[in-house]
Amino acid sequence: MSTRRVVLASLPAFLAAMQTTREAAAQAVPRPGGILTAHMSGEQRILNPALRASTGVYAITSKMIEALVDLDATGKPVPVLATSWESTPDGRTVTFRLREGVTWHDGKPFSSADVQYNAMELWKKHLNYGTQLQQYLDAVGTPDPHTAVFRYARPMPLDLLLRALCDLGYVVPRHLFEGTNVLENPANTAPVGTGPFKFVQYERGQYVIAERNLSHWRGAPPLDRIVWRFITDRSAATAAIETGQVQVSTYNGIGLADLDRLGKDPRFTVTTHGSEANAFNNTLEFNHRRRELADVRVRRAIAHAIDVPFFIENFLYGQGKPAAGPIPSTSAAFFPADAKPPYAFDKRRAEALLDEAGFRRGAGGVRFALRLVPIPNGEDVPLLATFVQQSLQAVGIRVEIVNYDAAGALTAVYRDWNFDLATGWHQYRGDPAVSTTVWYRSGSPKGAPWTNQWGWQSDKVDALTDQAASETDPAKRKALYAEWLHAVNEELPIWMAIEREFQTIISKRVGNALNTPRWGSADWHDTTLAPG
Amino acid sequence: MRLLALASRRLLASLPTLLLVLVGLFLLLQLAPGDTVDALTAQIGGGDPAMMEQLRQFYGLDVSVPIQLGRYLWRLVQLDLGFSSIYGKPVASVILERLPVTLLLMLSSLLLAIAAGTALGILAARRVHRWPDTLISTLGLVFYATPSFWFGLMSIVLFSIYLGWLPPGGFEEIGGGLTGLARAMDIATHMLLPTVTLALIFLAIYLRIMRASMLEVMTLDYVRTARAKGLGEAGVLLRHALRNALLPMVTLIGLQAGTLLGGAVVVESVFALPGLGRLAYDAVTQRDLNTLLGIVFVSALLVIAVNLVVDLLYARLDPRIGGRA
Repeated sequence: MSTRRVVLASLPAFLAAMQTTREAAAQAVPRPGGILTAHMSGEQRILNPALRASTGVYAITSKMIEALVDLDATGKPVPVLATSWESTPDGRTVTFRLREGVTWHDGKPFSSADVQYNAMELWKKHLNYGTQLQQYLDAVGTPDPHTAVFRYARPMPLDLLLRALCDLGYVVPRHLFEGTNVLENPANTAPVGTGPFKFVQYERGQYVIAERNLSHWRGAPPLDRIVWRFITDRSAATAAIETGQVQVSTYNGIGLADLDRLGKDPRFTVTTHGSEANAFNNTLEFNHRRRELADVRVRRAIAHAIDVPFFIENFLYGQGKPAAGPIPSTSAAFFPADAKPPYAFDKRRAEALLDEAGFRRGAGGVRFALRLVPIPNGEDVPLLATFVQQSLQAVGIRVEIVNYDAAGALTAVYRDWNFDLATGWHQYRGDPAVSTTVWYRSGSPKGAPWTNQWGWQSDKVDALTDQAASETDPAKRKALYAEWLHAVNEELPIWMAIEREFQTIISKRVGNALNTPRWGSADWHDTTLAPG
Repeated sequence: MRLLALASRRLLASLPTLLLVLVGLFLLLQLAPGDTVDALTAQIGGGDPAMMEQLRQFYGLDVSVPIQLGRYLWRLVQLDLGFSSIYGKPVASVILERLPVTLLLMLSSLLLAIAAGTALGILAARRVHRWPDTLISTLGLVFYATPSFWFGLMSIVLFSIYLGWLPPGGFEEIGGGLTGLARAMDIATHMLLPTVTLALIFLAIYLRIMRASMLEVMTLDYVRTARAKGLGEAGVLLRHALRNALLPMVTLIGLQAGTLLGGAVVVESVFALPGLGRLAYDAVTQRDLNTLLGIVFVSALLVIAVNLVVDLLYARLDPRIGGRA
């Protein structure tokens, strides 16, 4: 193991270490690098991260398709397909130098024309969140095969662009997509990329297989193959992990109770390490079209009525902490040092606020009744719904839970606005401008999920959102978001109740794992598997 | 020739039913909130109005419901089941990939349930009201009352995790490169637990039916005649009594062929088998209308086929029925 620690230090050392590891392994088992089997809890429809931004897509495709940049262990953007970048002082032009000598899995060379095509035709036109990020991208110039110049109509903060491009900057080959209907392209389910692993097979409902790319620019990776198995039933997935059929499951792929239990098993590591870049919140959404909920005192009262630490301790097995608003404490670049959870549990204060707002207890001690729609995402969403129901009962608000499946709940809340309260997840993607401010900015088209559909609007918050999105000075951006955070915590249009991180369960046989903040979506070029 | 005529008559008679089922289901699914694009958005956990609009167009959801239905039926007439939005390929090929797993699971469970149910039913009838009967009947009740997912999970805990004898799920070893007999054995070890789990519930029903009808038949005159002729007990039981006692069971098997497919949904989920049942479940939650209708179409055909076989079995078991068919 000690040789592997050196791996990150430098490339030659890495290659040498890899060689010895592989030779050592070759003597022990017939398969030199081994086959790593990973669990997937859901099956995405396509395997193209340039069209579809989702951890479920990255988890598989990031091994075969590379992005311009990725995050290093400390959360800083580091080169992958782009080797360096610079921005002009006005923030309207960003120049990327691209890696030379990179080839696609089909043998064709990778060049700036590929980046140009992806940015203009896929990220800007199709990719979710990409369409917003790149909405002011006017053109991508390609002065030479290894330089791509992004030209924006409005200033683009370089730190925002780089952090976003880890997820929204995957590059697929232009020569396979150009001139076709990109949504129907066969390469969407048989990906061709530049990554350390090459696509082999996709058996619908069963598995995806990738094998090592011998001509990868970093050198061939240690693992022979990676197999992703689709196991939708959480208990079945747990059984597969316990029997050793599967060695890793990322993004809370199995139940909280099993994660807690297997965390004590010496064969496995259960940890939030390697998921720092994918923080999320348990949310409570308010429909401000309800007279009662339009009153900020009622919203604050509801927040005060819910004992979040108790819920975390007893329902989430201690996984999480009370959130200080929509920017997670793990986001070093934006989290204001003085931010605290704004509404601590205080039942008496909740009752007082409700009385003050004029909603006194009536017949049977009930002040008013609300309908709560859980938006299924993890097992904790319906749990929180029940907990909210019980907690609000205690302060005289009767809550009826209306259950839908995922598609139904999204429609009810975001298109039909047919809810009073909702519980769900907010996912923070490295920078508030990617997918967080849309929860608060007004003007989102009706039906757009995970955006402001609450019937709430604030000129101040809108102005701060827009200003921060095109502020190119990182220090000023951070200050703007601190002000923004304060404003949304004050008004509480929706409540980000709990801050969470995804858990990974991984066999101790797997080496060089969890070493970047988005490891589940990293390329696993250095990951090893000890014989079991 | 008579067989062919019977088969085609059956199929023709079931065409209107099939059409009704498909149109009904299509309309029913329109009542479910959200469409396949909402389901997709929920799955990827990231929305984007521009992307959603494009996808609605791509999946043909931007036109009115009657037009969608019309398009679907027109394609069906051309024997085209359409395009699966979950898997991005023709529904026919998606179903064909899944069908073997479900058929194997259904047939092996059915055979196991029939064989064990018959044997245990006879045994219970022979020792009626004595301890073997009580034991078998009680066990049958327990099997019937226990949900199959629980049986499945418990058998995984015992045989896969604790004892480590059998794989906990999946259809075969992935990337094992097995062929021929080795592959068949591999699949058999994977299918053992799911087959037994699915068979247990039906076994319980069959054994009770078998016990009851055996008890009835054993009191009939012709059984006494057979005994009077001096036939051995086994001969009386198997050649004379069993044949008549089988009739109610065959009826039940025909009726339950559809139910078996329903049970397969649970078992396929618990054992992570890539079968039709799980596909149907996914198709519902993902609002993949074409796939769901395709599965209904294929399973309706399957049920019709099973019932045809049952009719033929009747004729074989009881020549009087064959004369009328």
